[in-house]
Amino acid sequence: MQSLQTGIRASEVGVNRQVISLAMLVLLAAGCGLCTAAPPDDVRFNRDVRPILSNNCFYCHGPDPKHREADLRLDTSDGALAMVVVPGRPDKSPLIERVTSHDDDMRMPPPASKKGRLSDQQIAILRRWIEQGAKYEGHWSFLPLAKAEEPAVKNEAWVKNPIDRFILARLEQEGIVPSPEADAATLIRRLSLDLTGLLPTPQEAEQFASEFSPSLRPSVSPSGNEGETESQRDSEKAYAALVERLLNSPHYGERWGRHWLDQARYADSSGYSIDSERQMWPYRDWVIQATNDDMPFDRFTIEQLAGDLLPNPNKGQLVATAFHRNTLINEEGGTDPKQFRHEAVVDRVNTTAAVWLGLTVGCAQCHTHKFDPISHREYYELFAFFNNTTDVNNKGATVSVARGEMFGQIPEPPPPPPELVEGFAQRQAAWEKEQLALVAPASTLPVTWHPLEYVEAGTSSGTALKRLEDNSLLAASPIANHDAYRIVAKTGLKPLAALRLRVLTHDSLPKQGPGRAGNGNFVLTKVTASAAGNPLKLVSARADHEQPEYGVAGTLDDDPQTGWAINVGPKSQAKMNADHEAVFVLATPLAADGPIEIRLLHELHGDYLIGRFALEASETAPPGTTRVDKELAEALAMPPESRSTKQALLVRDAFIAADPQARAAKARREAAAAKAADVMVMKELDQPRETYISLRGDFLRPDKDVGPLSPGGLKAVAPAFPAQAGRTRVDLAKWLVSPENPLTPRVTMNRVWMRYFGRGLVETEEDFGTQGTSPSHPELLDWLAMEFVTGPKSNVQGLPWSMKHMHRLIVMSNTYRQSSKIRPDLAEKDPRNQLLARQERTRVEAEIVRDAALSASGLLDRTIGGPSVRPPQPDGVYAFTQTAKKWTPDTGPARYRRGMYTQFFRSAPYPLFTTFDAPDFSTVCTRRIRSNTPLQALTVANDEAFVEIAQGLAARVIREVPADDSPARLKRAFLLCLCRQPNDRELAALQGYYDRQLAELKQDEARAKQLLPTSQQPNASPATAAAMVLASRAILNTDGFITRE
Amino acid sequence: MSTSAQSEIRNPKSEIAIATRRHFFSQCGVGVGSMALAALFQSDGLAAPNIDPAHPLAPRQPHFPAQAKSVIYLFMAGAPSQLELFDDKPKLRDLHGQPPPKSLLEGKRFAFLKGNETLLGATRKLERVGQVGMDLGELLPHHRKIVDEVCWLRGMTTDVFNHGPAKLFVNTGFPAPGRPAMGAWATYGLGSESRDLPGFVVLQSGPRGPRAGASLWASGFLPTSFQGVPLRSKGDPILHLRSPAGITRQAERDFYNTVGELNRARLDVVGDPEIMTRINAYEMAYRMQTSAPDLMDLSQESADTLREYGVTPGQPSYATNCLLARRLVERGVRFVQLYHTNWDSHGGPGENLNEDFEKVCKDVDQASAALVLDLKQRGLLHDTLVIWGGEFGRTPMGEVRNTIGRDHHIDAYTMWLAGGGVKSGFMHGQTDELGFGVVEGKVHVHDLQATVLHLLGFDHERLTYRFQGRDFRLTDVHGRVVQEILA
Repeated sequence: MQSLQTGIRASEVGVNRQVISLAMLVLLAAGCGLCTAAPPDDVRFNRDVRPILSNNCFYCHGPDPKHREADLRLDTSDGALAMVVVPGRPDKSPLIERVTSHDDDMRMPPPASKKGRLSDQQIAILRRWIEQGAKYEGHWSFLPLAKAEEPAVKNEAWVKNPIDRFILARLEQEGIVPSPEADAATLIRRLSLDLTGLLPTPQEAEQFASEFSPSLRPSVSPSGNEGETESQRDSEKAYAALVERLLNSPHYGERWGRHWLDQARYADSSGYSIDSERQMWPYRDWVIQATNDDMPFDRFTIEQLAGDLLPNPNKGQLVATAFHRNTLINEEGGTDPKQFRHEAVVDRVNTTAAVWLGLTVGCAQCHTHKFDPISHREYYELFAFFNNTTDVNNKGATVSVARGEMFGQIPEPPPPPPELVEGFAQRQAAWEKEQLALVAPASTLPVTWHPLEYVEAGTSSGTALKRLEDNSLLAASPIANHDAYRIVAKTGLKPLAALRLRVLTHDSLPKQGPGRAGNGNFVLTKVTASAAGNPLKLVSARADHEQPEYGVAGTLDDDPQTGWAINVGPKSQAKMNADHEAVFVLATPLAADGPIEIRLLHELHGDYLIGRFALEASETAPPGTTRVDKELAEALAMPPESRSTKQALLVRDAFIAADPQARAAKARREAAAAKAADVMVMKELDQPRETYISLRGDFLRPDKDVGPLSPGGLKAVAPAFPAQAGRTRVDLAKWLVSPENPLTPRVTMNRVWMRYFGRGLVETEEDFGTQGTSPSHPELLDWLAMEFVTGPKSNVQGLPWSMKHMHRLIVMSNTYRQSSKIRPDLAEKDPRNQLLARQERTRVEAEIVRDAALSASGLLDRTIGGPSVRPPQPDGVYAFTQTAKKWTPDTGPARYRRGMYTQFFRSAPYPLFTTFDAPDFSTVCTRRIRSNTPLQALTVANDEAFVEIAQGLAARVIREVPADDSPARLKRAFLLCLCRQPNDRELAALQGYYDRQLAELKQDEARAKQLLPTSQQPNASPATAAAMVLASRAILNTDGFITRE
Repeated sequence: MSTSAQSEIRNPKSEIAIATRRHFFSQCGVGVGSMALAALFQSDGLAAPNIDPAHPLAPRQPHFPAQAKSVIYLFMAGAPSQLELFDDKPKLRDLHGQPPPKSLLEGKRFAFLKGNETLLGATRKLERVGQVGMDLGELLPHHRKIVDEVCWLRGMTTDVFNHGPAKLFVNTGFPAPGRPAMGAWATYGLGSESRDLPGFVVLQSGPRGPRAGASLWASGFLPTSFQGVPLRSKGDPILHLRSPAGITRQAERDFYNTVGELNRARLDVVGDPEIMTRINAYEMAYRMQTSAPDLMDLSQESADTLREYGVTPGQPSYATNCLLARRLVERGVRFVQLYHTNWDSHGGPGENLNEDFEKVCKDVDQASAALVLDLKQRGLLHDTLVIWGGEFGRTPMGEVRNTIGRDHHIDAYTMWLAGGGVKSGFMHGQTDELGFGVVEGKVHVHDLQATVLHLLGFDHERLTYRFQGRDFRLTDVHGRVVQEILA
C-alpha cells in the first residue's frame, strides 16, 4: 500500500491538463441524461463501469506504461485482479477501499487530480460489479459486430424495415410516440437535398404530391379498409420510385461524393502560406463516378489507398490514389522537403485512422495513447505502410488525365503543334527577314524625355502614392510586403516609343531609398504597360545600374523570382542610395496618344518596394536600343543551321507569337492540354524506406534501438496481419475492410446516419475510442454495419458493401420519413432528439446553399466534373494571404456551376463557404459544424452571386407565369424555392412587400433598372420585373430556404 | 424581456423563470417554437446565464458586480520576445554564446531548436523605467508613457508550443479547434450593450492573418450568436455589407421585415428555435449596415486623437484598429480582439530580430500606449480591461536561421493588463536569471482566463455551458484567479 501511495503522489507533478480535461469531458458525457439513478441490477462493464474507470483512473493506471503509476493498470482484467480487485468480494478489494477513503492520502482519485470524489452512485456501481464477478469487456467499438436481434414492437404497422424496429422499440420503452410522416412537399425536398443536393423542379414536386397524397389524387378510392390499403400502396410506390430516381441521378454522386471529399481533404491548392493552385479535379471526377456506380465500399477503399499496387492498374485506379496526395505541400523557400514529406505521411496515417477507424491516433505519434489501446510503436507500424512512396513535398508521381476521362470518355488526340501546321517553315523564314531589318538600331535620333501626366496612381495594397511637386510619386509607408503600383497617365506623344522609370531618393525613405527596404533597396519584378486594355510589348529594358543577378531584364519575364534591384558589392564604384533609371522600349511604337496604364509589380522579399519614382516617355527609342530582344536579335543574326537549340526555340516562339495562324494552332493545342491535368498519385519506391519510431514525434529522432519496423495494423481493432513479408498498402486496405474489422463498417454507417439525422448514433463520430460517446442505439448501429458488410439478405438489389443499398434502407424507413416539427412534449424527455421521435431540421451545407439557390433560379449549369471554376467573389478576399490569387470570374454557364466545383484555395476559401462553416480542408473533416450568423444573412442578401440568382429566379417566374398575375407569380417563386404553396400568412407578407416595392419602383424606373441584369430583359416592365427580383430575394433569404426540414 | 431575464440569473429554475416563459408565450405572440427554444436555453448549470431566446445578446448580469464591462484584447500574434522588450537578463548577456545549462533543458521541447543552440543575450537595450521599476526595451518608447498605468505579468506560462494550438489555448482554454473563444464566453455570460454591432468583434492587421484563423474567435458549442465577427480594414468593413444597387435603405427595411415575417410564420408551424436565431441574425445584419460604416468613419475623430494613435486616415493599420477598438467599446461592444502579425522572430526572412522586429514593435508601440491613455482620459479605462500579449514567449537560446532569432518558449513570458479592475503600475511575476522559467508569481493561461472572467463578474467555475452531457467552461478544469493583481 505504501508504494502505491507514494507512486500516486509523485504522479501529480506531471499531470497533463489537457488530457485530464478530455477525461472530464467523457466522464460527464457518459453520464448523459438517459442514465438511471440507482445502479442497474445487471452491471455491464462497458456501459456502467468503464466510464468511471476511464475518466478517473486510466490516466495514471491505464495503457501508457510510461505514465503508469505504482505499476497498476485498471484497463485490463489481469492488471486489476492482480492488485486491487477481488472478484465477488468488494469489501476485500482495495479499489473500493481507496475510492471510499476519507483520508486524503489514501483517497483515489487523489485530491490533487482535482477530479473530486466518486459519487455514491459510481461507488455503488463498482461495488456491484465486483460482487457480480468483476468481469471485463473490451471497448464496445472494438468488439466484433453483434448479430443484433430485431426487437419486437407494439405498433407493427409503423415498421417499414428493421431500422424502424430498433428506433420504435426504444421509443415505446420510453413511452414516446413517433412523429407522423412529413407531408409530400417536405419529403420530396428532403429527399432531393439529401440525395442530390438540388431542389426538385415544380413539376417533380407537384407530380410526387399528387401520387403520394391520397387527398391530392384525382380518383380517391371509396372509403374503407381496402381502399386505404390501396392508397397506402400507391403512396409507397410513389415514394419508392422517387427514391430510386434520386439514387440513380448523376447528382447523387456529386452530393455523396462531396461528403467523401471532406474526408479526403480535397482542395484545389497546396496549402501553407504560398498555397498555389493545383489540379486534383480528376480525383474529384473519380469519386463522383465511383459513387454513382455504387462501387462497393471495400473496393472503393482498396483503390484509393492502394490502386497503384493492384495488378495492372487502370488509370482510374491510379487516380483513386490521389486520395492521399491531397496532403499539403509547402512551397516556401528554405523548407526542408524531408520534413514536409514526413508531415504528409503523418497526415495520411491520421486521415486513414479517422476515416475508416473513427480513431484519433495522432496522440500516438508522440507517445502511447493515454486512453485508447494504440501504442507509440503501432502508430509507426501504420506509418510504415505510407512511408514508401516516391513523393517528397512538391515532387512526386503524376498521371495525365483528360477532361471526362474518369467518366468513361475517350480523350481526343491533341491537335498538332503549330510547327507541324502547313506553311509554318515558309512563313517563319519570311518573318525572320522582316525582323532582321528591325534589329538595326531603333533610332539614332536624340531622345527627349517628357514627364507623364498622371491621371490615376494607386496600389493594390491601398498604400497611397503621393504626387510631389517635381512630378514624382512617393509611396507612403507600406502595409503590404508585396505590392503592385498602377499608374494611368497621359503622354500626349505620338508615337510613344519608350518609357523611362526613374527611381529617386527621398528623406522619408530608409537610408534615403530609393527603395523602401531597410537598406533603401527594392526589387521590381515586373513592368507592364497597356493602352486601351491592349498590352504593349516591352523589349530591351536597360538600366544605368543593376545589382548582380538582379538585372532589369528580369522585369520583362513572367518569373516573380527575377527582377531589378540596385544593391552594390563591397568594391563597387556604384552607389545604391542614389537616383537610378531604367528604360523600356516598346516593340511597336504606340501610334495613339491616349492614356496608358503602367504596372510596377513587387513580388519578391518583404517590403522591397520602390519608394519614390517618376515616369517619363519619349517619341523615339534611345540610341543603342533595338526593338528586338537582345538575345533574339543575336539568334536571328545566326544562320538557322548554326543556331543552338535554345536560339532556335527562341526564334520559333517569337515567330509563333507574331504569326496569327501559328498562334491559333498553339492556342488550340493549349486549350486541349488545359482539358487535361497531371494529377498527383501514389507510387511505391523500388527500395522501401526504413521506418523507425520517431521519439516524441520528432522526425529527426528515429528510435534506432527499436529498429526498423514492418508495417502493421492496430491489434486492438482486428487481428494482426498474418506473418508475411512485404506488407503493402493493399494489405492495409484489405485489413480495413476485412470481416474481422468491426470499426470500418460501424464508423462508415454512423457517418451515413449522421448526414440523414443531423448527428450520428455515436455522436462523437470522429472518436470511436474509449473517450468517445457511446452509441444511442448500439444494436441498430451493429445491424446497419452488418447489413452493410454482408449485403441484403433478400437478393433484390445491392451487393455487400453497397452504399446505395444502405441509403435506400435509411430513407425508406419510417424513422427517416417523420416530420421534423419540434414537439413540446419531448422538451423534457428528449430535448436533443437522441431517440429520434422526429426528424431533425438542419441547415444545408455551404455548397448546397449555393446549389439550392441555383437550382431554384434555373441558372444552374448541371455539368458534372472537370476543372474548378470561379464564380464572382467580393474584392479583398486575399488581403490577408501571403500571395494574391488569380480570380477572374467565369462568364457563361461556368459561372453557375455547383458549389463543389468552385476553385478552393485553402488559405483563402471562397467567402460563402467559410461563412457557412466549410473547413479549409487542410486536414480530414468528418463533420462540419452548423452556425447561424448575421454574416450568413448578409451573404445571401447581398453577395453578387446571390443577387444574380434572385434575378434569375425572377426571370424564371415571369417566364413560367407569363400573365401579369402577381399572386400566381409569387406562389410560383415560393414553390420553386420551398416546393410547397405559401400559407395565407406567408402569401400576405410576400404580396404586401411586392406591392409596396412595385409602387415605389414604378415611380423610379432608374432604380428598377439597377435591380435587373443588363443582359437579358424579361418580358415585363422594369418595375414589375424588379419587384419580382426583390420578392425572389426575400424568399431566398428565409430560414426555410437554406434548411432541409 | 431582458430585465426579467436578468432577474432570474441566480435561480433560473425559480417561478420567475416559469412566469417569464409564460409571459413570453402569451405576450410576445410567438408559438411553440419559442417555448421549445426557452427550454433549449434552459441550462442545467445553476449559475449559467439564462438567455432570452429572442435576444441572445441582450445584456445580462454576471454572478457578482463586475469590474470590467468590456475587454480589448491586443493579440500579438506570433509571440513577441519578452527578452528584447520586457525581461532584462544581465546573466543571459554574460553567458551569451555559451550552451545553456543542461539542467534547464531537461524534458523541454522546442518547435525548431535542434539542441546545439547557444544562449542569446538581449539584442536590444532595456532600461528600468517608471515607479514600478519595469524593464522596458528601447523599441517600445511609447510604452514608457503607460509603464505605471498597466499591470505587468512577467510570469506567464502556457502548455503548447506551436502557434495554432497555443493561440487556441489562450483563446479557448483548449489547444484544438472546437471550443468557444474567450470573447464568446464573455458575450454568452453578459450579452452585449450594443444592439447594432456584434457583441464580439475581431480586427486584424499586419502582413497576414493569424495562424489558426477563424477557430480563434469561434463560438464552439455555444450558440453561434456569440461568435466573433471580423471587421475588415479595406473596402466594406464586413463582407457583403452593402445592399445591392437599386435598393434604398427604406426598401431594405421592408425586405428585412418581410423576411422576418416569413420566418416567424414558419417558426409558428415547425417550432424550431434555430429560426428565432435566424430572425435575430437578420435583424443584426440590417443594423450592421449602418452601424458598421458609422463605426469606421474616423472623420469623427479629432486630429489630435489621430496623431496620438498614429492613425493615417484611410490606411489600415494596427493604430487604426486600436482607435476602432475604443470606438467599439464606446458603442457597447463587449469584447474586441485585435490580431497583429508577425511577431514570430525566428530569424528567417521577414521574421528576423533586426529590422523585422523593429518594424513590428513600431507598428504597435505608439497605438497600444495611446489606447490606454485615451481610454483613461475618456473615463473608459476603469471598466475596460485591456490585454496585451502573444500566445507564448521566446527562448533564451538563439535560433540559427538566416539570422539569429529566438524559438517558441512556453515556460516564461510577459503580458500586460490595464484598467478593468487590475492594479496599475504593478509588476507581478519574476523569472530566473536566464529567463527560462518563472520563479515567482506564475500565471498560467488558465489563470489569466479565470482572472479575466472574474473581472467581468464571473466565477470561472460556474460560467458553464452544458454540451454532450458535460458542463464546459473556459478554464476547463483548471484556473485560479490571480488575486495579487486585483485592484
